[in-house]
Amino acid sequence: MNGLQASGSPYAPHTGETLEAMLDAVEADTVEALFDVPEAVRYDGEYGIDARTERETRRLVRSILERNDDLTELLGRGHYGYYVPSVVDHLADRSEFLTSYTQYQPESSQGFLQALFEYQSLLVELTGLEVANCSMYDAASALGEAATLAKRVRTASGHRVFVPELLSEGRRSTLENYVAGTDLTVETYACADGTVDLEALERTLDEETVMVYAENPTIRGTIEERLRKIGAVAADADALFVLGTDPIALSLLQKPADIGADVVVGDASVLGLPASYGMGLGLFATRESYLRQVPGRLVGASEDATGRRAFTLTLQTREQHIRRERATSNICTNQAWVALRTAIHAAALGPDGMIELAKRSVTRAESLAERVDALVGAKAPVHDRRHFREFVAHVDQPAKAIADDLERDGFAVHVVGEHELQICVAGVRDVELEAFVDALEGVL
Amino acid sequence: MGDDSAGEPLGRADPSGRSRYDQARYVRNGVYEPLLVEKDRTCVEIDDSPLPEDLTRDDLELPDPSEPELVRHYTRLSQMIYGIDSGPYPLGSCTMKYNPKFTEDVAALPSALVHPARSADSIQGTLEVLARLQDLLGRIGGMDAVTLQPPAGAAGEFVGIRVAAAYHEHNGEGDRSEVMIPESAHGTNFATAALGGYDVVSLPNDEDGRVDLEALEAALSEDTAALMLTNPNTLGLFERDIERIAEMVHDAGGLLYYDGANLNALLGRARPGDMGFDVMHYNVHKTFATPHGGGGPGAGPVGVVSELAPFLPEPRVREADGGYELFSPEHSIGHVHGYQGNWLVLVKAFAYIARLGDGGLADSSAKAVLNANYLASQIEYDVPYGPFHHEFVASAGEQDAADVAKRMLDYGVHPPTTKWPEIVSEALMTEPTEIESKETLDQLAAAFNAVAEDGDEVLEAAPERTTARRIDQTSAARNPRLSWHALEDE
Repeated sequence: MNGLQASGSPYAPHTGETLEAMLDAVEADTVEALFDVPEAVRYDGEYGIDARTERETRRLVRSILERNDDLTELLGRGHYGYYVPSVVDHLADRSEFLTSYTQYQPESSQGFLQALFEYQSLLVELTGLEVANCSMYDAASALGEAATLAKRVRTASGHRVFVPELLSEGRRSTLENYVAGTDLTVETYACADGTVDLEALERTLDEETVMVYAENPTIRGTIEERLRKIGAVAADADALFVLGTDPIALSLLQKPADIGADVVVGDASVLGLPASYGMGLGLFATRESYLRQVPGRLVGASEDATGRRAFTLTLQTREQHIRRERATSNICTNQAWVALRTAIHAAALGPDGMIELAKRSVTRAESLAERVDALVGAKAPVHDRRHFREFVAHVDQPAKAIADDLERDGFAVHVVGEHELQICVAGVRDVELEAFVDALEGVL
Repeated sequence: MGDDSAGEPLGRADPSGRSRYDQARYVRNGVYEPLLVEKDRTCVEIDDSPLPEDLTRDDLELPDPSEPELVRHYTRLSQMIYGIDSGPYPLGSCTMKYNPKFTEDVAALPSALVHPARSADSIQGTLEVLARLQDLLGRIGGMDAVTLQPPAGAAGEFVGIRVAAAYHEHNGEGDRSEVMIPESAHGTNFATAALGGYDVVSLPNDEDGRVDLEALEAALSEDTAALMLTNPNTLGLFERDIERIAEMVHDAGGLLYYDGANLNALLGRARPGDMGFDVMHYNVHKTFATPHGGGGPGAGPVGVVSELAPFLPEPRVREADGGYELFSPEHSIGHVHGYQGNWLVLVKAFAYIARLGDGGLADSSAKAVLNANYLASQIEYDVPYGPFHHEFVASAGEQDAADVAKRMLDYGVHPPTTKWPEIVSEALMTEPTEIESKETLDQLAAAFNAVAEDGDEVLEAAPERTTARRIDQTSAARNPRLSWHALEDE
């Protein structure tokens, strides 16, 4: 026996003959002899995992996942299941995209570098800021990175990071982990009727404030109407203004550069990914003046030896593999393939399609709110604001009971208060909205 | 390329002088492939908006290709990329193994595509996949509890460091301020410890390339929070003194962290939990074959011993009453991701592990180690440290390792990781993985050996057969052009 199992990896191409030749070449009798693992820590047990054929494995996973109920999801609050055109899957699944590594050899990776350059350009156009990196993990980690950037670029001392009281637990908590190793503290400012309470914010900020975070649209689907003033208040405190948003919202709502945003973060995978149990794509854009402090990878244009334009990862001295403990971030593996999907989806829509999708996110949410409001036992929207994609509705009965009833009827909605449901139209077809209104009427 | 005999580097000019390897190269208007925006763009003004003007932007200017144009653009781009499906990709510490196609079908199942805010009762399937994957990873690593939330290896390291901090804090030892890391470790280790607020203590290697026990002894103190270790280390060497190292770190009150980047060397042979590690991350995009996607997404699940389980991120998944539920560990550090990490990657990893089973996993490591040893035996470059496992670090000697890499591209293979770890001068860090045949390894070796014979002039002119020729890095950094807007401003 040469130590190689008959039930080996289906993806290792060795034959008995080549194995013998290879063992001869390395002057080993068995493969086990190549392992320099001391007896005391050698593992002689079994994991107890059965091997399966490909067909059996597919069947296994399918049969487990079939235990998921098939519900119409009227869910949002930061993760959205828009329809993704077939062209996105087919192009992104081309195996050169899928199976290549980070572009450390740019000469043989031009295609991916260009795709990432086009993704960065998309975000520059949407935000109006000069620099976008080619991805963070998700909106929450991008927010955390924004806080550490705020600390690095600040000339004066300061430690206070302000976030709205209306913020997802995942984002707030991730931010707190990112700043746990610094002297930054995360504090909350008040909201009024679903958006920033500007007067309260003004009173709260002081010279110790390094960053003010706001979202547009907010987690409750409201559109923030006083962004320019929030930006001015932050600037007065000499704090960075960090805006949370996404590419669909940015296709219609105010351009971040125009309202004084210093950094834009958010989930860019609203374009490119369907509902994926929270998997996302961290958007990160900022001003050129902070370029040397940007976390993550950047693709830049240069020239090759023939003088033709060529793309490459650049400014890598910011990054962990060069700068180690003095890097701007610890990120290495990012979400490049998702960024590719986002770029393809945006190009498939074109500017008209993106604007249209954004407009419909307003009109469909607001018209659904009107229809819910017309039902006995419900009032919507709760906030006297304009809405994007989603809104909060008051229900007279306990919201949990209504949501449970709706789930039995095939619909998933958020419960956000004892008598509050949150309802999102992203990716939901008109016929499904019709059916939802009927179902809601039936359970109110 | 079917007529190439084993041992002949792909792409090497044959006697008639014709090249047998050239990467696709589109050239139009003096550039390799125009940007979409250079082919077709539209500026659309915002009108008929449902919102008042002061809440909207003025216009949006973006490419507006037809679907056939879009498909050709990205198809051409894809042809100008070298992936693992294009040929061998022996990047050290990156474990570029074949990504089985069926895992893509599994991740694309409509039933896999659910929103994270769904009630637990309505997504029992998703929770079961997560719970089963946690269990499988726990068995493979010898760990008691696993979180799947970290979206990449570095994020896993960060969870490990935050868990260590929370554990020390809980025990009234929150003033432990140092994390020790061997000089030859991955850059992420240093950056992660710094992000966690720790002072980094860099440990020298001994002359054998392993942790220097005397230096470790001297560095350990009541300030030690953790030692981060990769095993086998980046030279491919197993840390033979791992039991002693664990004892020393634990005696000092520190925790031992396992960087899972090199776990592909040890499947079925050794488990971090048995070696005395307290916390580890798994790189599922390395060991468990999920695709790298040009840089990500990955997933970096973290396993811990039972003592650390109460500190893991929330929410976690567990079995309860014949079903599955989410719960918050008692002293959880909170979230490190907005939701539950990179689900679509995790489901592929689950499928891969379920496909291979014990035998397939153990065989992967056996052949990964055999392949590295065989390849090293066939190349002319010196490999100063051994015995190595799934990867080795050769030295390019008098040649510049970066130039060697560029020249290898001309032979139709991807080069190794270069110039790191610095303990080997002009390092060529090479990890062929289990998926290469002897014939492919012979072609790789022939490429190494051909380059070893090449002179400076040839090396400096390389690559010639890739889409782009040598790219000017200095110009890229000195004059950053990071968007099509910046190109137009020139």
